[in-house]
Amino acid sequence: MTSDTWDLVLSSIGPLLSGAVRGTIPLTLISFAVGLVLALLVALARLSRRRVVSGLARAYVSVIRGTPLLVQLFIIFYALPSLGIVIDPFPSAVVAFSLNVGGYAAEIIRAAILSVPKGQWEAAATIGLDHTLTLRRVVLPQAVRVAVPPLSNTFISLVKDTSLASTIMVTELLRKAQEIAAPTYEFMTLYSLAAVIYWLICLVLSSAQARLERRLDRFVAR
Amino acid sequence: MSGAREEDAVTDGTGTTGDARPLVEVRGLTKSFGDLHVLRGIDLTVARGSVTVLIGPSGSGKTTLLRCLNSLEVPESGAVRVDDVEVDMAARPSPALLRRLRATSGMVFQSHQLFPHRTALQNVTEGPLYAQRRPRAQVEAEATALLAKVGLADKAGAYPHELSGGQQQRVGIARALALRPRLLLFDEPTSALDPETVGEVLTVMRDLAAEGWTMVVVTHEIRFAQQVADHVMFLDGGVVVEEGRPGDVLVEPREERTRRFLQRILDPL
Repeated sequence: MTSDTWDLVLSSIGPLLSGAVRGTIPLTLISFAVGLVLALLVALARLSRRRVVSGLARAYVSVIRGTPLLVQLFIIFYALPSLGIVIDPFPSAVVAFSLNVGGYAAEIIRAAILSVPKGQWEAAATIGLDHTLTLRRVVLPQAVRVAVPPLSNTFISLVKDTSLASTIMVTELLRKAQEIAAPTYEFMTLYSLAAVIYWLICLVLSSAQARLERRLDRFVAR
Repeated sequence: MSGAREEDAVTDGTGTTGDARPLVEVRGLTKSFGDLHVLRGIDLTVARGSVTVLIGPSGSGKTTLLRCLNSLEVPESGAVRVDDVEVDMAARPSPALLRRLRATSGMVFQSHQLFPHRTALQNVTEGPLYAQRRPRAQVEAEATALLAKVGLADKAGAYPHELSGGQQQRVGIARALALRPRLLLFDEPTSALDPETVGEVLTVMRDLAAEGWTMVVVTHEIRFAQQVADHVMFLDGGVVVEEGRPGDVLVEPREERTRRFLQRILDPL
């Protein structure tokens, strides 16, 4: 590498990290948190005995999983204004990513709930717990253990998917790299640097996942 | 006696606590799963403070009958009364009424069904704390005493996977007792255990019977039935084939089907 390239790397790191800290990371965290709440509700709706409720949930999951995330993002940011609904770039991205996580994570949570043996529901019933308490105190704590590995995948995918927000003018990591690369034509340097930063974020998350899994496994026989 | 009991008597308004009637009365119970008729008109009476043992081949309906007593299974028709809670099963009983029926009993499962993410003590306190909403200090003191009673005072902080099968089952018994139920239901409590731990569970059950608990027990432990039961019912094909005192049914059965079943159980070769 030439010293010019080094200078560029050193001068770009600050703006790129700021794009990660102010764009990528909050976008990921907020969307994942909102998406998880949505996913739990959709999963419970999917498991509902009321046909209409479970049907609506099934339709939602089907649409989210059956359409590209980029299209969902464009509909919210570029298409909704034609209906008079104008949302700023960052909130648009949050809405799109949350809805997306909601669809994928709902299936994970549903499967995790179903993985808890029927006998646990019965035992909860015999000690007098109602449906809500059974979910909260007996079923969900056990389902979490099953759900953490696949949910971590969703989370890590989301980190990378937030780069799509660069297409709707959200100043996150990739957008910063584009902005710096455009006038200098140093695409290789800037995009590689961005890739390394994404990778580091995901490394941190993977190790956090491993720790969480160990913690959740403490009450399980090996 | 307990808060839960007084509350029931008050809400019921009939003042049936101290009732002279048998604790449990079941009339004409039928239950099918699809085309399979599991119960074909069962009657059952359980006197207060007595132990009733249900025996029969697998598929005879004995476990289903037990599970109808706390509405884990809801029969198609028939009536179930436990103490002052009476349910006409044909009349599409409300979930609230079924919950009241369920609250009269505590149940011990074949495969313990302890909550794996809670310690032994937490398993015992879960129902009293979160369903019955009794004060924590009182509940924990009582749960600790119950664990001691089943011989597990030193295991209060252990998770279920750290316990042996017999210990798990005894925690299950303590969990049922902590609800201060009027009736104890046991669904093959020793069938899933290693032979050497069966005794410790049966001993606890025998002690409970001696204390005057009303119990309905599904089991293949014929010796236990002989020693502890007041009443034995032999079920086959969804009907009660024969019932009576253990000394009669288990020793000199009248029915050929009972005889053949006992022979297979006692002398499998």
